[in-house]
Amino acid sequence: MRVLDQSKGRLFTDPDPDKARDFFRSKSRKMESKVMNLSDAIAKYVHDGDYLAVGGFGANRTPIAACHEIVRQGRKGMAFAGKTATHDFQILAAGEVFDRVDVAYIVGLEARGLSPCARKYMESGRVEVCEWTNYGLAGRFRAASMGVPYIPARNILGTDTFIRSGAKIVECPFTGKLLTLLPALYPDVAVIHVHEADVYGNARIKGIMVMDGELSKAAKHLILTTERLISNDEIRRDPTSTSIPYYLVDAVCEVRYAAYPGTMAYEYFSDEEHLQEWLNVQKNQGEFREFLNHNIYDCPDHYEYIRRHGGTEKMNQLRQKELLLHKEISHG
Amino acid sequence: MANYNTMEIMICVAARELEDGATVGVGTGAPCAAAMLAQKTHSPNLVIMFEAGGVSPILPEMPISVGDSRTFYRAVMASSMCDIMDTCSRGLVDYTFLGGAQIDMYGNLNSTIIGEDYRKPKVRFPGSGGANDFASFCWRTIVMTLQDGRRFVEKVDFITTPGWLAGGDSRVNSGLPPGTGPYKIITNMGIMDFEPRSKRMRAVSVNPGYSFQHIQDNCGFELLQAKDTLQTEPPTEEELRILREEVDPYRYVIGR
Repeated sequence: MRVLDQSKGRLFTDPDPDKARDFFRSKSRKMESKVMNLSDAIAKYVHDGDYLAVGGFGANRTPIAACHEIVRQGRKGMAFAGKTATHDFQILAAGEVFDRVDVAYIVGLEARGLSPCARKYMESGRVEVCEWTNYGLAGRFRAASMGVPYIPARNILGTDTFIRSGAKIVECPFTGKLLTLLPALYPDVAVIHVHEADVYGNARIKGIMVMDGELSKAAKHLILTTERLISNDEIRRDPTSTSIPYYLVDAVCEVRYAAYPGTMAYEYFSDEEHLQEWLNVQKNQGEFREFLNHNIYDCPDHYEYIRRHGGTEKMNQLRQKELLLHKEISHG
Repeated sequence: MANYNTMEIMICVAARELEDGATVGVGTGAPCAAAMLAQKTHSPNLVIMFEAGGVSPILPEMPISVGDSRTFYRAVMASSMCDIMDTCSRGLVDYTFLGGAQIDMYGNLNSTIIGEDYRKPKVRFPGSGGANDFASFCWRTIVMTLQDGRRFVEKVDFITTPGWLAGGDSRVNSGLPPGTGPYKIITNMGIMDFEPRSKRMRAVSVNPGYSFQHIQDNCGFELLQAKDTLQTEPPTEEELRILREEVDPYRYVIGR
């Protein structure tokens, strides 16, 4: 196959499937309880210098509790998959956790605006960037999940996004068409927030999967946070609903509301006022430092964080909003 | 004539482009408002797709994120990024709506960086997100943006998302699927398309209260002008009522 064009970006992980197979060969398949608390799971599986990816999309089903814990434990020098990373990205940027980023979408919070701290960090010249797209990163996880070194696609052709990526353009041996090759991406560790999981890590995600099906299979280590622990009987009663099987999973942490202040479909909607507070407070360095202390560094865990922002009462309101009950209430 | 603001006319004009039964990949904000308006007016069977996985939801209100729970509320399927983009790549998605910090005369979009030094950019923007994917795969790309000389530039600092690249046949020669590409640019002052051979941007319709010269004065490159430039129909009372009461009652998009 003829390589017609090379890009300038650096791959932060090795796409070699046999090295990945060697790793997976030694990964435990034991169906044993993996329940642990979140700080222990982060301490055990998230290391300085590792490649990290988190599940969900933007501020939706994103493992925010885990992002806080990673910052609280002071991880540094990591690589990060910026696959529509929004609130998760600004948290990790505030902690300067990473110095390498595969970018699909970073520094913004979609319609809410851009994060000043994330922008400042990305404009400092201290972070090495490799440019991709949402489908590009999903494809890279898909290649890894298939155990192949790349998959072909027809995006990023002709653009600077290609030039700054780590992809290659080749001539298709069947059709002669130009194709982009997306190299496999095996993160060292991924954290995915799910609706329900049993103690072994058999897990259910409700609603859109985003790219978590591919990511869960691509990641070498996988930490789950779950809204609720459920019994293994319940999993076996309805195996159609299993999104992630236990043998991909290394740790199961029951953290109710772990996606707060983001949305968890069918559970609670995002806390838009608090997300806006996050964006506003970044305009003042001193205030932002204090804000981070209050919400992350001096905050023991996610439950205390939620207590500091309205506790159960707030979560009830956000649940009503998610289920659109607020409309019936205000009209009834 | 009805009173309306800049966003309202852009959304109403964009909505008219989406025929009943078409498929469209949209982002949040103005594109989503346009798709919702189309669905509530002339295109009840418009299939709205969100890149995070939502397929054909019955949107109860404007989503805040293209992955929030509204994007698959009463949807026909809650799928995945790969599902949606594979569907675009197979050729099943007719339209996509995009924006960007900069656009050039070939409809190339920049949403990545401003500045000369890629490693230390003056301004870092979000990057492609799903924009490059949508614009590579969907048959017709429509861009909604304000008419402004700082947005419409001679040369974008970074081609995040492909338009007609260097014009002529360069897009199809790059390997992007034949038949895809920028279709229309909708601004507060008018509507542009692309001259079929050169693929250069061309004004085809002028909004009420503006002239071709206004558009050219707010564009950093020489625009072509269609032989018979049309006058854009202003938003109707009915379009505005539905937009204000049903699509965006909290004025998230139109209130700005």
